Amino acid sequence: MTRTSLETVLAILREEFDELLSAWLETQKAEGVRRPDLFSDRESRRQLGELLRGLGDGIDAADDQRTLNLEAEPWAGLRAALEEVTHERVERGVSPSEMATFVLALKQPVFARLRQKLEAAPDKLIEEITEFSRLLDAVAMHTNEHFIAERDQIIERQRTEMMELSTPVVQLWDRVLTIPLIGTLDSVRAQEVMENLLNSIVEESAEVVIVDITGVRVVDTQVAQHLLRTAAAVRLMGAEAIISGISPKIAQTMVELGVDVGEVTTRPTIRAALSDAFRKVGFSIERRGDADRG
Amino acid sequence: MNALRSGVVKTVSLDRERDIASARYAVSKVCDELGARALRKVRFVTAVSEVARNCVDHGGGGWLDIEILRKPTRIGVRCIDEGAGIPNIEEAMRDGFTTAGSMGKGLGGARRLVDIFEISNRPSGGLEVRLVSAL
Repeated sequence: MTRTSLETVLAILREEFDELLSAWLETQKAEGVRRPDLFSDRESRRQLGELLRGLGDGIDAADDQRTLNLEAEPWAGLRAALEEVTHERVERGVSPSEMATFVLALKQPVFARLRQKLEAAPDKLIEEITEFSRLLDAVAMHTNEHFIAERDQIIERQRTEMMELSTPVVQLWDRVLTIPLIGTLDSVRAQEVMENLLNSIVEESAEVVIVDITGVRVVDTQVAQHLLRTAAAVRLMGAEAIISGISPKIAQTMVELGVDVGEVTTRPTIRAALSDAFRKVGFSIERRGDADRG
Repeated sequence: MNALRSGVVKTVSLDRERDIASARYAVSKVCDELGARALRKVRFVTAVSEVARNCVDHGGGGWLDIEILRKPTRIGVRCIDEGAGIPNIEEAMRDGFTTAGSMGKGLGGARRLVDIFEISNRPSGGLEVRLVSAL
């Protein structure tokens, strides 16, 4: 025996399942959120079917509609279905308002059927419409929250991917490595840079490492400290670190900050650093005698 | 579009390390809009980076207001945290003072990079640092 006030809604969900599903799809089409470009009809029907079943089971099992709590046990089926639908739509770039309309499009077909069934009981009709509205709004809200959480996850993932991308150690020549730093050098990235660099020194038997900061816009004391520590670690590995790409602006700023680079070699450009590095590993660059241009 | 406004034009909350980067970005954008010279911009943004890091690392987080001052046009920030404040400000400003194994030059360095540097414990708790620089 269910204690829900949504008994008519529940009856509709159970008895007119297929019709309701089709009507929901139709309303979504009319509202422009049915995305045939992204989802096949069969896939959509399956997803909507699971949502409807979850909704019905929830209404049936929830003791008290008044303390509507979608996190509670009876709504587990609905939540799972919602999360699947949301997940797929976020991945395919559906907007938040489309997502809300997707859920809210169920109101119309349900209300239409309620109106027919409860023609003779206007009070009951209003009660069920109000209750069901409240329920579906909560579902839409839950969907939205989940939607945002999914997006945050994607952003976080992209951030991580970007971070991995942006610390490549490149071999310039035998025993000469460079790591071009771009953007922000926060603690996490500094740690990554250090690890990548030290591993590469071992792998490539490097003797000179050029840390290029042309792409780093601001060198504050923490960035400076990361750079100096990296240089010190490189030295401990038996190689020499050259920090290149220090612009006049950054040089002046570092002086005001009171940053002392100590014995670390610094060069204004990666070009200057490279010719230094060549000298150290015993190579020199010469112009060929038969070159076209003089 | 900030070129004609004055007062606080943007607020950045400072809770995590990556917020410091957002603060730098926001300040450098306002500098660009005001047509600041490149060196001024780098100096000011670096100073902001120092006080923002101080706020996140030692103040337990807070926020930063970016303001435009007029006659003459200058840029300023006010960085406020909700931590315990600093018992001995003069000592903390000295180069080499650190409680966290860092360089200990952040606040002192920031002071040298800007035209006006004010630091005080707020009556309601927490630290307030104000920086102003010409463009």
